[in-house]
Amino acid sequence: MSSTNEKSDKPVITAKIDGFFLHFYNIAAFVGRFFREAFRPPIEWGEFVRQCYQVGYKSLALVTVTGFITGVVFTEQSRPTLSEFGVTAWLPSLVAIAVVRALAPLIAALICAGKVGSSIGAELGSMKVTEQIDAMEVSAINPFRYLVVTRVMAMTVCLPLLMFYNALIGCLGSYFDVHAHEQTSLVSFFDNAFAQITFLDYTTALTKAILYGFTIGIVSCYQGFNASQGTMGVGKAANVSVIVSMFLIFIEEVIIVHVFNSIR
Amino acid sequence: MKTNGHQIDMNETVISIRNLYKSFGEKHVLQGIDLDLHKGENVVVLGRSGTGKSVLIKIIIGLLKPDAGTVNVLGEEVDKLEDAALRALRLKVGFSFQSSALYDSMTVGENLAFPLTRNNRDMSKEQIRKTIDIVLEAIGLPGTINQLPSELSGGQKKRIGIGRTLILRPEIMLYDEPTAGLDPITSMELNKLIVSVQERFNTSSIIITHDLTCAKEVGDRVAVMDEGKFIREGKFDEVFSEKDGLIKSFYDYNFIQ
Ligand SMILES: Nc1ncnc2c1ncn2[C@@H]1O[C@H](COP(=O)(O)OP(=O)(O)OP(=O)(O)O)[C@@H](O)[C@H]1O
Ligand SMILES: [Mg+2]
Repeated sequence: MSSTNEKSDKPVITAKIDGFFLHFYNIAAFVGRFFREAFRPPIEWGEFVRQCYQVGYKSLALVTVTGFITGVVFTEQSRPTLSEFGVTAWLPSLVAIAVVRALAPLIAALICAGKVGSSIGAELGSMKVTEQIDAMEVSAINPFRYLVVTRVMAMTVCLPLLMFYNALIGCLGSYFDVHAHEQTSLVSFFDNAFAQITFLDYTTALTKAILYGFTIGIVSCYQGFNASQGTMGVGKAANVSVIVSMFLIFIEEVIIVHVFNSIR
Repeated sequence: MKTNGHQIDMNETVISIRNLYKSFGEKHVLQGIDLDLHKGENVVVLGRSGTGKSVLIKIIIGLLKPDAGTVNVLGEEVDKLEDAALRALRLKVGFSFQSSALYDSMTVGENLAFPLTRNNRDMSKEQIRKTIDIVLEAIGLPGTINQLPSELSGGQKKRIGIGRTLILRPEIMLYDEPTAGLDPITSMELNKLIVSVQERFNTSSIIITHDLTCAKEVGDRVAVMDEGKFIREGKFDEVFSEKDGLIKSFYDYNFIQ
């Protein structure tokens, strides 16, 4: 209901440990509230589309450049080893597997955590400390639905798209490098590349991207929504959004890789 | 009863606060507040900085929860309402922030349209535009519709903030320091605005301020708050005729200003 944090007076264990568990409880409650509010009409389509533009379109340049460079560098670095065994023909599939299984989801997620996570944290944080979120509350508007649901949804939808796009550009970068050295054609490069990628690979990548997008959205909205202490709090919300998102993304990466490898 | 040309119905209470307490940790902010607001009445709450005036009206609108006591607004216990019922009540209560709290990514027109479009989704574009024009005219700022809040002066922001709450046609208005930080002439204009809003939209209001001119101009009744309690209450002239220490120091301070 209220967006203001209130602390009870006496710590149960110590103030620090209490705070730590309270923090987790608050995040869990925040996620719970998201699922309660997200699918109840009316859905704020206008704001959702605007956020997709913010998340997707505005990260496109960065995702393109990093994707391309990753493809080129990874190819260049792998070539010496492969040529020792005379199997440079494996380059396309090696790059494709590396990019789809590991690199693209991580790169897209880390870029979004840095670029979008920080801006959501700062935007909502400054709305919080300048009472704009309270202003929505008193105008009988549900700020959670308008601000949080739309942003988390946009992140969750756009990150998978950015990830696949990043993978494609990565392979394209690799193709240019391979084409320059081994004279492959575009068609045979991509035939080779994608022959090795299974349905499970795509599913893993998609799962990761959805989860990372959701994580970045929730973490940065939570930080912004609970910002305090004036302008200092805004900076902190932006900063902590990025750090916590990145940290959680790596933890999720480890877990997902283990789960899907046990299926494989 | 009749003052300043508006009708006060002393038999109908729109806000009734009893024995209200609120603390933040060790800091005891409100310590037993009682207050009634009658229909059509303007009550001014005076008090020094940090006595808990903003906390009081934030509790009335349900942004903060009280530790003890009851807050009854238009027949509902605010702190016991579910989200949906609380939103329905908030449609009838306007709240103008001390900081204006305009949405800084939106133009003035969008700021005013926002509460309207979120709460009446089937309103046509022309209707919205017309309502915005009426409100802009009422607050004396026609022609600012396409400006961003960052391009407005403090006094203009205050007016737009008031306009944004008026657009939902509230029965009760809560003003948090409408004239703080403004020059005397702009303050006078805002006082006139508050009185005209009340006459035109027939609202009951609580006005928080430390500005005595504002209190005298707009208040049917003033209540002086100190250390989380009301220490004086009554008509402006009654309260300020007393020559006791606190009231006098408050008065002298304003006079020097
Ligand atoms: N969310 C909060 N958390 C902790 N303390 C708070 C909070 N809100 C207000 N306070 C404390 O409550 C006290 C009263 O604050 P309040 O804003 O109501 O003062 P005020 O009477 O409106 O003063 P001013 O005239 O300067 O606006 C202050 O000491 C403030 O530190
Ligand atoms: Mg205040």
